[in-house]
Amino acid sequence: MSGAPELRDSYDVAIIGAGPAGMAAATICAGAGLSTVLFDEQPAPGGQIYRAVGETPVRRPAVLGNDYWYGERLVHALRASAAHHVPGATVWSLSRDREIGVSIDGAARLVQARRVIIATGALERPFPIPSWTLPGVMTAGAAQILLKSSGMIPHGRTVLAGSGPLLWLLAWQYLNAGAKLDAILDTTPRANRKTAWPHAAAFLLSPYFRKGLRLLLSVRRRVRVIADVSDLRAEGDGKLQTIVYRVGDGAETRLPADTLLLHQGVVPNVNLAMSVGIEHRWDEEQLCWTPVVDGFGGTAVDGIAIAGDGAGIAGAWAAEERGKLAALAAVRALKPDARRDLLPDEARVRLALAQVERGRLFLDRLYRPADRFRLPEGDTLVCRCEEVSARQVVETVALGCTGPNQMKSFLRCGMGPCQGRLCGLTVTELIARARGVSPAEVGHYRLRPPVKPITLGELAALPKSEVAIKAVVRG
Amino acid sequence: MSAARDVDVAVIGGGLVGSAIAWGLAKVGQRVAVLDEGDIAFRASRGNFALVWVQSKGLGMPEYAGWTVRSSAAWGGFADALKAQTGIDVSHQRPGGFHLALSERELEQREQVLKRLHNQPAMQRYDWEIMDRERLRQALPHIGPEVVGASYCPLDGHVNSLRLFRALHTGMQQLAVTYLPNHTVDSIEHRNGEFTIRSAGGEVRSGKLVLAAGNGNARLGPMVGLDVPVRPQRGQIVVTEKAAPFLNYPVVTVRQTDEGGVMLGDSLEEAGFDPTVGTGVISVIADRAVRMFPQLARLNVVRSWAALRVMTKDGFPIYDHSATCPGAFVATCHSGVTLAANHALVLAPLIAAGQLPSEQFEVFSARRFHVPAAA
Amino acid sequence: MFQRLPDAGDATLSITVDGKPVKARAGDTVAATLLAAGIDHCRTTPVSGAPRAPYCMMGVCFECLVVIDGVGNRQGCLIPVRDGMAVETQHGKRELER
Repeated sequence: MSGAPELRDSYDVAIIGAGPAGMAAATICAGAGLSTVLFDEQPAPGGQIYRAVGETPVRRPAVLGNDYWYGERLVHALRASAAHHVPGATVWSLSRDREIGVSIDGAARLVQARRVIIATGALERPFPIPSWTLPGVMTAGAAQILLKSSGMIPHGRTVLAGSGPLLWLLAWQYLNAGAKLDAILDTTPRANRKTAWPHAAAFLLSPYFRKGLRLLLSVRRRVRVIADVSDLRAEGDGKLQTIVYRVGDGAETRLPADTLLLHQGVVPNVNLAMSVGIEHRWDEEQLCWTPVVDGFGGTAVDGIAIAGDGAGIAGAWAAEERGKLAALAAVRALKPDARRDLLPDEARVRLALAQVERGRLFLDRLYRPADRFRLPEGDTLVCRCEEVSARQVVETVALGCTGPNQMKSFLRCGMGPCQGRLCGLTVTELIARARGVSPAEVGHYRLRPPVKPITLGELAALPKSEVAIKAVVRG
Repeated sequence: MSAARDVDVAVIGGGLVGSAIAWGLAKVGQRVAVLDEGDIAFRASRGNFALVWVQSKGLGMPEYAGWTVRSSAAWGGFADALKAQTGIDVSHQRPGGFHLALSERELEQREQVLKRLHNQPAMQRYDWEIMDRERLRQALPHIGPEVVGASYCPLDGHVNSLRLFRALHTGMQQLAVTYLPNHTVDSIEHRNGEFTIRSAGGEVRSGKLVLAAGNGNARLGPMVGLDVPVRPQRGQIVVTEKAAPFLNYPVVTVRQTDEGGVMLGDSLEEAGFDPTVGTGVISVIADRAVRMFPQLARLNVVRSWAALRVMTKDGFPIYDHSATCPGAFVATCHSGVTLAANHALVLAPLIAAGQLPSEQFEVFSARRFHVPAAA
Repeated sequence: MFQRLPDAGDATLSITVDGKPVKARAGDTVAATLLAAGIDHCRTTPVSGAPRAPYCMMGVCFECLVVIDGVGNRQGCLIPVRDGMAVETQHGKRELER
């Protein structure tokens, strides 16, 4: 149930993020009789992949496709469960003792949980091309949100650019909805086919294969696709006016445009997990930080697990299965005598997970974004918030700066409100290349609460302990 | 392992203290190497509040007040020198500063502290005053109804400490200082008038040595016959989104940076080496700040962090020259920004010359901790 | 530049954007409303005054900051539009009174 039951001070299980992993986990935990709260920032459950599945104005199922509508099942199950779903709730802190700082309607609250499942999903990988900050340049994910939540499509000259299955999915959904697309600039490096090929066999057995292929062919029939795009930049005075690109070693082509939608994969949304001090390792296949978790999403912090794309990119179906596993672990820990028939069968879940994860390596290899588009140069902005350029980052490495935290002190990059969500990976990789070491060795930003902004007033109104007061008010 | 380097002075620690000293040493012609840790390190400098602060310092050691006033007076010239050399403007401002009181009792206590401070024999004389609410409002129009008054000192100021850090590093590079990150020191040997410093990153040999490694000095000091009784003391800071300028004076726990963000402190916890931020403490920090300036309540917090100050038993710096290993010095304090000018322009040249005059520096020696307390 | 599909139904709410009347659809966020209304940019940055517009639409990029009913630096993509709302461009740094 959602609606307005009073938010309690403590729950057995708190789940953060109402995407497929979070919804699946909440449903199972509540079903097993554990008091369960599901916090989500959005007004309705679904996360990003199933965004607005309960209230999208895009009612014709063929537009968004079956995979999207599958999400309705998860939403119905959640609503039918006893889980307390709290929409419009921004989680801004999580302590190692599982105290959650959440902000709802402009008021901050602290909620305690015996187990926490972080299911904050993924976000778009940064795509730092020259002038990517111009109005008119957005992410493919943003475009999907506008479509799903608001039934909006672009008009004017629209170009999609980048690499990865989501780019094709968006194009397909757009074409279904009647949008006109001027071109798709495919930045997938040609060389990727060679490295991906050895894993193609596994992908053929994946449920994504046939769907993906049909989708791809359908789009290619209807939109001009320019492959092997090796260079890309936006241009314009105050807003996007022209896209300039290059194919292979060829000459530059200029394309007038009003909207440029960028996408080169998604990466785990790690800020909350990192702020708890959960260890993350550099994943050289997926070129991002992923948390160190066990087979149930459990981390080294007692009682805190991570499920879904936040634990490593594997897609919506895998997220759901991982949510089930995290929930199983929570139930086993808190209610070992829970009725077995109310719980999913672990073996079946793992089988399903293996099936949907099949072919992942193929996709990761095929759509591995080019160095060129992950490692900007010159005046291209790396940190959008503080307007720090690639040149500045590289020059600061030459000053002796060895990592992103020192880089923050030197240049302020990572100090803006996005807290490194749009610059962290770029900064790490730029430093790694400049130093000639691996990103693993360079490390990542150190994050602390609040991981989302809350007002000073909200923070000031929280209950205070004697110890805390003594630490501040002295003499 | 890189080849051993030979320099005149090796400075261990690349924070505000180490950088200022290294810069100062290089300015007077010394060949300098700075050995620093890696990207993740305790770094007390991170906990700085960017204040160049005079008021209320030196209760229990009037010489410290004198040292502080001297640095505050030299700071303008220091900032100019950095700008002339590197082009980086560290935005040093000295409009005077306030310590606000949220109750009559707080104001009385404050006045008592300052009176005791200034009544000390040999205390450095400088202007200060207790201001009532009416006068205060002229300087700080946004103060809240709970603010009853403040102590004010015209010598107080602040600086953009991140740009200071960058200016020092840029300046060091221009002066050919060898900056060696990832060189956490394992051992120091003193033989034949020379120091051999070994670290995972390589070896450095130098004629002189300056320990400026913050809490790390406690471990390193004994290697060169220096006792450095320091302990970590956690402080937490909160900073808001950038706001249009509204606060023209630094307040000791609230200051608006030249970029617009409002920094809020400060806290003090004995937490060992744990630099974790606690919601409880930042909530109290926020509460006091909002009581001082109610309009701050609407601003969003974009970041908080904690750092471990380097604290001595009496809170005053340690400047020492090793008796058993001549040429080995230590410099530690918890006011690395305020004292940066002195460290660069006074201390560094003295270290370059090979000794700390005892009339000036005996009081700062760690030997003071061995003097038995009067019965 | 974005437009609504016929499916989306009518934009029946009324808001103002920098004082000018704009139609909005119940259920849309402020950011989506601004994009549908064809605004060029929703803020100028506090660092350089550069024009910015919504980028990610999911609350992580902080580009969609606007003044809503007198309160500055609100993430437009996380706030549902309401009838009578007054939305304004966020010019640079947040003002203390807003």
